[in-house]
Amino acid sequence: MWDYTDKVMDHFRNPKNVGFIKDPDGVGEVGSMACGDALRLMFKLDGQGRIQDVKFQTFGCGSAIATSSALTVMITGKTLEEAEKYTNQDIVDYLGGLPDQKIHCSVMGREALEAAIENYRDGTVGQKKLEGRVVCVCFGVTEQKIRDAIKQGDLKSVEEVTNHTKAGGGCGGCVPEIEQLIAEIRSESEEEVRARGEQQESEEEADSVDPGKLTNLQKMKMIVQTIEDDIIPELKKHGGDLELVDISGNKVLVELKGACTDCGMSRFTLQTLVQPKLREKVSAELVVMEA
Amino acid sequence: MDKLVYLDNNATTAVAPEVFEVMKPFLTSRYGNPSSIHSFGGRVRADIDLARQQVANMLNVSAEEIVFTGCGSESDNTAIMAGLELSSTMKRHIVTTKVEHEAVIQVGHWLTKKGYEVTEVGVDSKGQLDLDELESAIREDTALVSVMWANNETGVLYPIEKIAEMVKAKGAYFHTDAVQVAGKIPIDLSKFPVDFLALSGHKLHAPKGVGILYVRKGIDLPPLLHGGHQEDSRRAGTENVAGIVGLGAAAELAVSDLDEVTARESRLRDKLESGILASCKDVRINGVDRIPNTLNVSFEYVEGESILLMMDDVGICASSGSACTSGSLDPSHVLQAMNVPHSAAHGSIRFSLSRYTTDQEIDYVLEQMPPIIERLRAISPFVPFE
Repeated sequence: MWDYTDKVMDHFRNPKNVGFIKDPDGVGEVGSMACGDALRLMFKLDGQGRIQDVKFQTFGCGSAIATSSALTVMITGKTLEEAEKYTNQDIVDYLGGLPDQKIHCSVMGREALEAAIENYRDGTVGQKKLEGRVVCVCFGVTEQKIRDAIKQGDLKSVEEVTNHTKAGGGCGGCVPEIEQLIAEIRSESEEEVRARGEQQESEEEADSVDPGKLTNLQKMKMIVQTIEDDIIPELKKHGGDLELVDISGNKVLVELKGACTDCGMSRFTLQTLVQPKLREKVSAELVVMEA
Repeated sequence: MDKLVYLDNNATTAVAPEVFEVMKPFLTSRYGNPSSIHSFGGRVRADIDLARQQVANMLNVSAEEIVFTGCGSESDNTAIMAGLELSSTMKRHIVTTKVEHEAVIQVGHWLTKKGYEVTEVGVDSKGQLDLDELESAIREDTALVSVMWANNETGVLYPIEKIAEMVKAKGAYFHTDAVQVAGKIPIDLSKFPVDFLALSGHKLHAPKGVGILYVRKGIDLPPLLHGGHQEDSRRAGTENVAGIVGLGAAAELAVSDLDEVTARESRLRDKLESGILASCKDVRINGVDRIPNTLNVSFEYVEGESILLMMDDVGICASSGSACTSGSLDPSHVLQAMNVPHSAAHGSIRFSLSRYTTDQEIDYVLEQMPPIIERLRAISPFVPFE
């Protein structure tokens, strides 16, 4: 049994602003059915640029519905500049607190708002896109998002990062990487002051060419070879197969075939077999994604 | 809350009134220690012996094959450790399934860390095991095979008689976690070769804190808990006398009207199932060939914790395989092993009935469920437009 506050239960039982706006000024969508929660947020502005009407639809647990509802109440009547100042912690505070394992619900609310405002301002598809390298394949959490969460929330443990972003809460394959990011960011902030003096020096170093670096052509050839020699035979043992769709920078797009197609574990296959093998044989920077 | 419809009997059951009556003296006046020399304590021994016989009758075995433990999990742990300890040191492999209770799965994970090898056999989309796959997983160095008799989340039954014969032929120990079948199907261990079997009191209308490990005659069980001669030196610790006596009474009660109770449970479960299928759209039943009291149903486009919270508001108790209810982020390992799509796994609800479930209660649940699902679907972004 979760220890939900009365306010959480009230917003869950009687959610405010549920629904759909026919002709919204901004729409933001985050999450997915596979993740277990998803939120679609839309708003309409009045003549003074204030949020006049806001509606949401949420798939998720009690606190996901409650945080969505609370957020819509908080931002009604606000300008976008005012609304975007709200942090996920503000939503948590408004509700009188959330269990640690449910903090990510408030983060989802905050992200949907961000996506909706972005959608209004530059017309980008109102879906929060995955920008940058994906660290947690299970929940599609990028390195940038984890870095931001660690910095903004002053997070000190993998558990806290999982509570905020979900990263690390699936197969656990990315836990070592999250640990590393925490260590890195914490030492960065300590060294920031010291580092300023040495900045120039390090910049010069960064310009030097890495002699061990592969050319694009070499890299592509190695990726193709690794997939053919090491990965496909392994997948075929379980009736699966894979097709290389494209390579763009360090991004390797693949399509899972055969028994992999409908398998709920296919994301784990990418995480536990395809990506590690390619990183081992070709480059540690590669990111494998489903096309 | 005034109304309470308790349909979470695979989690725990009410202590039967007749069981409680039998227990009372041992919580009040008859508090003696059965190991004492004085007659005040020593006389309690006879009550434990009676309980042991009552449990043995339920399984059709002899009393000395019954060891009382603290819970089903302890029984599972003891059996697996015993299987390894009694086998040659060359046998460092065990076979189990992907859908076992955590009390078996986590022991497997722990053993893996200690250098043992564990094979977890998968299930198909109906929740059924492939017996050929199971058979080929058993090797020369397999010490023990552990397969549950029925699954706690879906109620799916496994062909334990066949599996027991198969394991016997391969020369490994066989353990079955039978926690979910006691009082739900007849159990006759004289008919096939089981080495260990785990049961739990509180799933059978006895109190929490008492379990059973059946150990086949001829097996000298190495104890998991050391430190006393109790249970014929097979489990140290002063006996939970009230719990043991209660479990004996519960076993007797279960056998006394098994056919009648299971027929009623099965009829009510089917009524619940067909009622939900008729009144809610986009619903799927998880698991085929089940114990009579269990219904695991997925409501698409909505999430299990939300459903449970709304059910709780109207006094209905059930459970869910959704990620959010457990505090983990992944849905139930059982539904994942069955390849139930995430969309359906997150919205899964388990109803489990008992001997006390009534027609009126099922009617009430059938009346309450459709508006709950409708309300949540009205909020969900995934419901397709009509």
